[in-house]
Amino acid sequence: MSDYIGTSVKRVEDQRFITGRGRYTDDIVLPNMTYACFVRSPYAHARINGIDTEEARNRPGVVAVFTGQDIVDDGINPIPTGWQIGEDMKEPPHHTLAVDKVRHVGDGVAVVIAETKAAAQDAAEHVHIEYEPLPAVADMNEALADGAPLVHDDAPNNVSFHWELGDKAAADAALAAAHHITTYEIVNQRLIPNAIEPRAVIGDHNVATDDLTLYTSSQNPHLIRLLLCAFVTGLPEHKVRVISPDVGGGFGSKIFHYPEEVFCAWATRKIGRPVKWTAERSESFVTDAQGRDHLTTAEMGFDADGKIVGLRVDTAANMGAYLSTFAGGIPTWLYGTLLAGQYTTPAIYVHTQGIFTNTVPVDALRGAGRPEATFLLERLMDLAAKEMGRDPAGLRRMNFIQPDQFPYDTPVVLQYDSGNYEAALDKALDILDYDAFRQQQQQARAEGRLIGIGFSTYIEACGIAPSAVAGAIGARAGLYDSGMLRVHPTGKVQVYTGVHSHGQGHETTFAQLVAHHLQIPMEDVELVHGDTAQIPFGMGTYGSRSLAVGGSAIYRALEKVLGKARKIAAYKLEAAEEDLEYVGGQFTVKGTDRSVSFGDIALTAYVPHDYPIEELEPGLEFNAFYDPKNFTFPFGTHICVVEVDPDTGEVEILRYVAVDDVGEVINPMIVDGQVHGGIAHGIGQALFEGAVYDEDGQLLTGTFMDYTIPRAADLPMFEVDRTVTPCPHNPLGVKGAGETGTIASTPAVVNAVCDAVGARDIQMPMTSERVWRAIHAARSSGDGQA
Amino acid sequence: MSQTIHVTVNGAAREAEVEPRMLLVDFLRQTLSLTGTHVGCDTSQCGACTVHVDGVSVKACTMFAVQADGSAITTIEGLAGDGALHPLQAAFREEHGLQCGFCTPGMIMAAADLLARNPSSSEGEIRHALEGNYCRCTGYHNIVKAIQNAAGQMS
Ligand code: FES
Ligand code: FES
Repeated sequence: MSDYIGTSVKRVEDQRFITGRGRYTDDIVLPNMTYACFVRSPYAHARINGIDTEEARNRPGVVAVFTGQDIVDDGINPIPTGWQIGEDMKEPPHHTLAVDKVRHVGDGVAVVIAETKAAAQDAAEHVHIEYEPLPAVADMNEALADGAPLVHDDAPNNVSFHWELGDKAAADAALAAAHHITTYEIVNQRLIPNAIEPRAVIGDHNVATDDLTLYTSSQNPHLIRLLLCAFVTGLPEHKVRVISPDVGGGFGSKIFHYPEEVFCAWATRKIGRPVKWTAERSESFVTDAQGRDHLTTAEMGFDADGKIVGLRVDTAANMGAYLSTFAGGIPTWLYGTLLAGQYTTPAIYVHTQGIFTNTVPVDALRGAGRPEATFLLERLMDLAAKEMGRDPAGLRRMNFIQPDQFPYDTPVVLQYDSGNYEAALDKALDILDYDAFRQQQQQARAEGRLIGIGFSTYIEACGIAPSAVAGAIGARAGLYDSGMLRVHPTGKVQVYTGVHSHGQGHETTFAQLVAHHLQIPMEDVELVHGDTAQIPFGMGTYGSRSLAVGGSAIYRALEKVLGKARKIAAYKLEAAEEDLEYVGGQFTVKGTDRSVSFGDIALTAYVPHDYPIEELEPGLEFNAFYDPKNFTFPFGTHICVVEVDPDTGEVEILRYVAVDDVGEVINPMIVDGQVHGGIAHGIGQALFEGAVYDEDGQLLTGTFMDYTIPRAADLPMFEVDRTVTPCPHNPLGVKGAGETGTIASTPAVVNAVCDAVGARDIQMPMTSERVWRAIHAARSSGDGQA
Repeated sequence: MSQTIHVTVNGAAREAEVEPRMLLVDFLRQTLSLTGTHVGCDTSQCGACTVHVDGVSVKACTMFAVQADGSAITTIEGLAGDGALHPLQAAFREEHGLQCGFCTPGMIMAAADLLARNPSSSEGEIRHALEGNYCRCTGYHNIVKAIQNAAGQMS
């Protein structure tokens, strides 16, 4: 009944989704609700010389029309960023609606509120905005050039911040003395997140009570409430309730505090009616914070034996037009700290500059900094192996941190707690049957077929922690989480968590965790999340933190519940606490048949007629906050095998093997699902996805017709397996599984395609055209197998 | 401007006044409050809005409500009919074919149409049939397995 940990329990949330009874923000209809339509800038950079709202106001069904000035005049502050990178970081204001200038295509300028969505859309066409177009910069190199147009007048050279980590002198010396240096210039292209549910918000102000309810498709309702109240509007936190109901995927893009949230919260108070906004997909393309977008030069030095001696990295990271909520933290602390990877590199130095351009803001996207770091390292390893004539698996293996070296201090701050990298590599090689594969590859090549293999042996740091460290590296928030257990008089349990599920299956996994430890049926446990009026303060879900941080908080609350239950049991059984054992949901006096069930204890706690009332309070309900001791460090090996069509350049993934170590696993089915989705996302970057802006800052890939996300026919069945190295510092031994696939897969695919066609590098996304050109370039230079 | 339409939705006769420009998906979601049919794009690519019109799967964002006049429409809410789960619904749960659930109604409706046409679809045929249905969460692995599982149940 209670052996739930490690079991692939079917998900309890599924019933509502498979029957069409999910409740996403756009499904919610409130009495007297109005609809907002944003008028957005068609220019990447322009001065707003005038806005005429008169005609729009007079259109049928229009309730109100607002501009940025209306909001500023009402004392609403700009939306802050949540991560300070260095003392001198330039953080120009990001207003709810643009006031003086627009700075990217899609920047909001005015909003029409009407009785219906259609009426709002119609009237929006009649808002007349006088723009004076200004020169725009979309490209980072152009943004840095002398005399480039400035995105913000107070950010000279369009630089927001400089950041560095590691020992520059040591890295320089190591590279100067290296036997071999592999140099790699990387364009890690910009991605557009595209959760399938477009963002949606409803603001609902109750005029009588002055309470404000904000429904929003967010990954972290408490964080939104905190930013909205404490920084942007000054509204009292206790009068604001933020609800994130069912949320249709996030991948990072629904972490951030967006202008539309501020607007709906503000406008509902202005007009005294609920205000709803739901993004059209084409709006998502120009308003959801985008991901990646680095230009990097990396140099890795090796000694004569193939041991890495040093790594030097210089990265320009595109921030877009404004600093989004976590923006500065991504290409710095979540990136530079990962540059040791699985390797014993003794000297590392990384410098990053954050650059403003007239593009959509860039922030965390699935993996967030860690995919960029892993891409760089794993491409370097493959390039170096080719250049030095070594086996790519062998070169990695000889540079691995060994199991007896943990805890391991890297030269880039992190202390890895545990790991066994070779075990994961061996398992992946085994599943693939590496030696046999190499023979088949030889044979295939002899027949003129282009078959390639790519490796990625990656590390991830997730569950950012502890709060003191997060603070020291500039995060303007703590990174603990909370879990509350409310045991009802009948022994049924509600669990309240500060983390949020938008596909991860927490309602199942967390119920398994609680039912397992309380030794009660899972059906007796229900998870509550996503509503600030119900849950204790928590930081939400991102960075694969839910189970490692939120689950550990629940575990702490479980300990408190069981501790008190034991005291009550001892009283009832007239025995000493230490003489009791808890088995099968019963406290039993050891060696006797005297026992009391968990349900009886709950009832006693709430009906305390015969109860040690002097020593114990009635009731059975506990909250716990958990601040992690360290990051967690999932790792693993991914191997991709591709075949490339020499005539068309089309890539087919023949096999994809993933061996991940995410520590202990509560629900293997759910973890595998997370890995599948993560791999698909990473393959998307390698083969299909890429945001393209023209030189005027127009987004050319602004719909699903121009921006390709992977479809079913693009992907193979994945071969996933695990090793289990428990995390030693959290009570569950878990690490996090939501991002491993994305972090690992992109370089594995690029390495495989480059191997297949004999190219040194192919720019992502590796479209057929690019691959075809690479085949022909390799042929004409005569250095390819083709 | 409004027009009266008569449709049968999930077995029940419905009559409604609709604007000629109202999309079928908006009619289902807004007029009939059948919010299981989702909207994920504005270019008819994602398939989140897939329903059956006279037994054939249709993207409800590509059709006006007035065009459905006289038709029988099935949405995810009505797929199972008698209240139990349709084999595809059960299989999606069984095989963990959904995560956030947003693409799921459309996926299931598209798959139901596929299996009605070709009950013994191969993996490749299933993958190709899902060309018009995007999922950002699952990597499709378990969606394909779910459809294979349901095909086995239904044959
Ligand atoms: S909403 Fe119909 S295809 Fe996307
Ligand atoms: S389950 Fe989230 S989009 Fe498919």
